[in-house]
Amino acid sequence: MSSSTLLEVTDLRVVYDTARGPVEACSGVNLTVGHGEFVGIVGESGCGKSTLLFGIAQLLSPPARISGGRVDFKGHNLVTMTDKQLSALRWKDYSVVMQSAMNALNPVRNIGDQFKDAILAHEDWSKAQINDRSAEVMRLVGIDPVHLRSFPHQLSGGMRQRAMIAMALLFTPDLIVMDEPTSALDVVAQRSLMVQIKELQQQLGFAVIFVTHDMSLVSHFSDKLLVMYAGQVVEAGPTRTVFDAPSHPYSQGLLDAFPSIRGPKVPLTGIPGSPPDLGKPPSGCRFNPRCPVVEERCYEQKPELYQVGAVLSRCLLHSSEVNR
Amino acid sequence: MSTNETTEAVEAVTAPVTVPVPVTVPDRPLLQTVGLSRHFKVGAKLFSHQSLHAVDNLDMVINEREIVALVGESGSGKSTIARLLAQVYKPTGGQILYQGKSLASLRRRKEQLAYRSDVPMVFQDPFASLNPVYKVSHGIMRGLKLHRPELNAEQRAAEAIRVVEAVGLNPAAEILERYPYELSGGQRQRIGFAQALAYRPKLILADEPVSMLDVSIRIGLLNVMAQLREQEGVSFLYITHDIASARYVSDRIMVMYGGHVVESGPTEAVLADPQHPYTQLLLAAVPDPRAPLAVTTEAARAEPPEVIDPKPGCRFRARCPIAVDKCHQITPKLEVLSPAAPTHNAACHVAADRHAGQAAPASA
Repeated sequence: MSSSTLLEVTDLRVVYDTARGPVEACSGVNLTVGHGEFVGIVGESGCGKSTLLFGIAQLLSPPARISGGRVDFKGHNLVTMTDKQLSALRWKDYSVVMQSAMNALNPVRNIGDQFKDAILAHEDWSKAQINDRSAEVMRLVGIDPVHLRSFPHQLSGGMRQRAMIAMALLFTPDLIVMDEPTSALDVVAQRSLMVQIKELQQQLGFAVIFVTHDMSLVSHFSDKLLVMYAGQVVEAGPTRTVFDAPSHPYSQGLLDAFPSIRGPKVPLTGIPGSPPDLGKPPSGCRFNPRCPVVEERCYEQKPELYQVGAVLSRCLLHSSEVNR
Repeated sequence: MSTNETTEAVEAVTAPVTVPVPVTVPDRPLLQTVGLSRHFKVGAKLFSHQSLHAVDNLDMVINEREIVALVGESGSGKSTIARLLAQVYKPTGGQILYQGKSLASLRRRKEQLAYRSDVPMVFQDPFASLNPVYKVSHGIMRGLKLHRPELNAEQRAAEAIRVVEAVGLNPAAEILERYPYELSGGQRQRIGFAQALAYRPKLILADEPVSMLDVSIRIGLLNVMAQLREQEGVSFLYITHDIASARYVSDRIMVMYGGHVVESGPTEAVLADPQHPYTQLLLAAVPDPRAPLAVTTEAARAEPPEVIDPKPGCRFRARCPIAVDKCHQITPKLEVLSPAAPTHNAACHVAADRHAGQAAPASA
């Protein structure tokens, strides 16, 4: 683990115990996040991206469990830590922003009270300190501190989502994990929230792991991109490289699924079919039933992650380049 | 594309520059609204007289075989319009004309049923809109029994298979025997369209039909809409906040803000040359992965518009970067700005003044 690395996930495996036996939703994911880095994780629903996130943050609850691998964060392996040990790190060193702020905030308590709860769970601050810090983080995310006395239903969707981010910033953690924080917002609010997250990140220097199904959303914001499919990383590399020259047919498909607002109108196809049942994944490459460039060997041979220039790609098309 | 150009050309000849609302120059309008408004009573007090203007004074036309996109942020009144058209809400002002006949004049149940089968709705959330305890065929069959009583059981079964195939689900007979939980989100939403299609509709009200779905399968549903228009001759009112998908599928676009239509016209014309600052903001907010890496920090602070007992004036003024004094006093009207584009309307004082200045530079 080099000094610039904040988080290192090694061969993380998460299984869900079901009546049909264990289903692996996250199969051997490797990921490194440096200090102040913005990492995007994209994929369709059911590809295991939220499972991975919860696995990193140690928030999985039965029937999900971690069946193997390590999550090294600031010199601790989070996987083997007890809840008590984890609670010392939670919120202070890493915090989580959930998908739906409507459900993540308590509807019958005002925002300030919820901030206070979070603070008192970790620090023994005076009332004045709590108020000062709460007002400060609210100002950081661009909400007037009077809204500390507001209830969640009195805020708009964008403001609620901002309040959640303010809450995650209470102790200025080194890492903030975000699970689709913008998916309930409309385009303008989404854009302004993304710009704000990026500005805060530059200002405060925390690292972000950002999970989304909308690849275009992170295109201008993340440093590194992980594309997940059926529990596996299928492509990983610098965001710009992945966008400019996607090396996996799935990334290419995701990228081709967006109608463009500029330029000529072209017919698009999206990615036909749906993600596989992880209980019985297809043999060989897991993407083979939907792949437009599928070959004979894709049904037999399991692809590894092959180095293609600056990116890693899990496609047999690139296996020959490694052998050469 | 070529048909669009010809209709525009026809309008250019026949439409006078000061178009009186409603604009009914092109083909026979399938559905038309005149001064349609819906206000809601709000406020905690029992006899509160505050009212929320969800939709104000809407004039809209949907022609046959046309896909009209209604774009705007959450709370702009676009879903209220869909519900007004589906007769979930009664209008508080104005009227809706379907094939030239006012909906308020539909008295008999048979007439009501006929309207509902002609104008069905597809809902936003495919996980909530299908009954989980019945097979997929249930919803389609019920619609067929109610709206097309002339069919016998055999014909109904054949029709169910036809509509399921029409929305791109194969094998249809097998899909019909499944339960909603056995289908993915995209497949469920296709079933939503199939249900609507079973009534032989003229116009489908699609309220954010793809926003709950993954980006990778959205495009498939947009293609289904385009295909249904081609093959079945159905019109669509496509409600969305995603202006890029509106561009992909629609012929005409209407941009809403705070209960008002702020800009409307042929989709390509509006997006190529947006006049209203809100349309410009919407366009700037669309993430485009193909564009070069540049983080712009435009002031897109989401200040919700004042729609509870609004005072006159432009509803966008609080967020508008180019607002002038006039915008605070006079509500701008949706009007044609340039005679060169008689189908492109915008409700903006500044844009109107700019065009007036261009048209008559001598007087300035």
